[in-house]
Amino acid sequence: MRDVAIIGVGMIPFGRRDEDTLMDMLAYASLKALDDARLGEKSVDAVYVANMGGGILQRQTAIASSLVDRLSLLPAAAETIENGPASGASAIKNGMLGIAAGFYETVLVVGGEKMREVTGWRATDFVASMTHPQAEYPYGITLPGMAGMFTRLGMEKHGVTREHLLAVSLKNQEMGTLNPYAHVEMALDRDGIFDSPHAVVNNPTSADPLHLYDLCPVSDGAAAIVLSSVDFAKKLGKPYAVIAGFGQATDTHTLAEREDPTDLKAVTLAAQQAFAMAKIKPADIDVGMWPNYTMPLPSSKSPRVNMSVFSRRGRAAKPPQPVRLVSVVRSRSTSPAA
Amino acid sequence: MPVDLELEAVLRPIQYPMVPYPPKVITLANGKKMVVRQAVREDVPEILKSVHPCLFIERDYYDIVSARLYGELLAWYRYRVKSEYCLMGQVDGFLVGVVNGRMENEKVGMSYHTLAIDRGLRIGSHLFAAKMEYHMEYLNQEEVLIVAESPIGFRRWMIEYPLEKTTIPHELGGGDSYRLTREIYFNAKPRLVVGDRPVPQELMDEATTAIKFADDDTIRERIAGLKGR
Repeated sequence: MRDVAIIGVGMIPFGRRDEDTLMDMLAYASLKALDDARLGEKSVDAVYVANMGGGILQRQTAIASSLVDRLSLLPAAAETIENGPASGASAIKNGMLGIAAGFYETVLVVGGEKMREVTGWRATDFVASMTHPQAEYPYGITLPGMAGMFTRLGMEKHGVTREHLLAVSLKNQEMGTLNPYAHVEMALDRDGIFDSPHAVVNNPTSADPLHLYDLCPVSDGAAAIVLSSVDFAKKLGKPYAVIAGFGQATDTHTLAEREDPTDLKAVTLAAQQAFAMAKIKPADIDVGMWPNYTMPLPSSKSPRVNMSVFSRRGRAAKPPQPVRLVSVVRSRSTSPAA
Repeated sequence: MPVDLELEAVLRPIQYPMVPYPPKVITLANGKKMVVRQAVREDVPEILKSVHPCLFIERDYYDIVSARLYGELLAWYRYRVKSEYCLMGQVDGFLVGVVNGRMENEKVGMSYHTLAIDRGLRIGSHLFAAKMEYHMEYLNQEEVLIVAESPIGFRRWMIEYPLEKTTIPHELGGGDSYRLTREIYFNAKPRLVVGDRPVPQELMDEATTAIKFADDDTIRERIAGLKGR
């Protein structure tokens, strides 16, 4: 198996993009990544599109094939990857495997969702379609509702408090002000969302004990990367990153079947695989991020440990030396880490 | 324009006495203080300057709401509407939102429109709540009739309070009205109606010295969220 490099990245600002279709957004992000990769007139061998909602919200299927034609990348192979909120990481994994196995030399991976096309409750219902169709969904469970119950368990078992959740909210919103691609670029104030009696309106309970600002906004957006073999990347003569490792594991579909719902076994196993493949330890990691739709749910005793994407300080500053990245993406039942 | 006072007396609708709305201050999610106070008729020309750029924003029916609000405020300014009032929200002196309504009669209020000029801070929710507070606690009315032009308005008013459906037609020919009763209002009040009184003097001075307005492009960006594009 050969090493795989990231040679181009592209992203569009997230938010409410009424003026763009899902295909528009996927195309914009892809073109940015292809430009960044500096492939010139050369096409890619394959395109993987990560998307969960197109079939339900836009009533569009075969999205990857459509995108290949839209971008004039014919006759590149095209596949759409749907794996819930882990679709993006799954698509990267599949693109990586295609190159690592020697079948492809260059792959475009793009993920996007257009969720603001429908009302909030329809978007919530769409996301709830990943729950068990007999054991969970008919009883009205939603993902925010499930996250609320998870958080309650975390509070009881691990001592998570509203103060912890508040600290994460304030930190996340502050980071948004530094990110030109963020949907919400507004710093919050502790008084305004917590201490003041007026916070009951500013930051209402959404799924007890979670409040409005404990949950992510529902956004339209897309992001893309271009992968290649390391040999190909070296010939480009530009900085690139090497995917050092990935892991993936699956847990039971229904939460009720799990021995301990707060112990996210799939995440632990996926992370262990990724660390083993990358030949590094958690102690080697400086900064972490855990992308999720709501508060990170504790699988360790510290609520801070779970917000994690990691980058090795110093390495990134010396391109074209390989950069090691480890990220953890969690869906309900399957957890790729790449 | 010459005015025939005899004819003018016919054209001007009856005015019910409008009691004052005591100003209040609300801490927003970003920590800023929003002063909510009652506009006087002489404020209308200045307020219209902020409503005008919204006339051209299609998103979330801002164009329709703004056009109707513009006409209602103008009608109030020129004595062509019965018993209208206007409340406004100001942050650092800047106008960030406007709500208006009127008395249908002494017992029934008519909610007109809610225009949030700065978005993402629940300014519309706060100002709509202030409007209901005025009808219920200061005008002491028994019910308020409400319609929504936008899905956001429907979610904020009809669902969050929640309002009671009626078959009373919209005043301007839209869908049927919903009703806020005193019971619904006082049940909703603990989670939707906030604000401190009295307003500290320095905040009140800042709000009343002059109504400040963002420029048209800023207003458009705040409403339509066109950042970075």
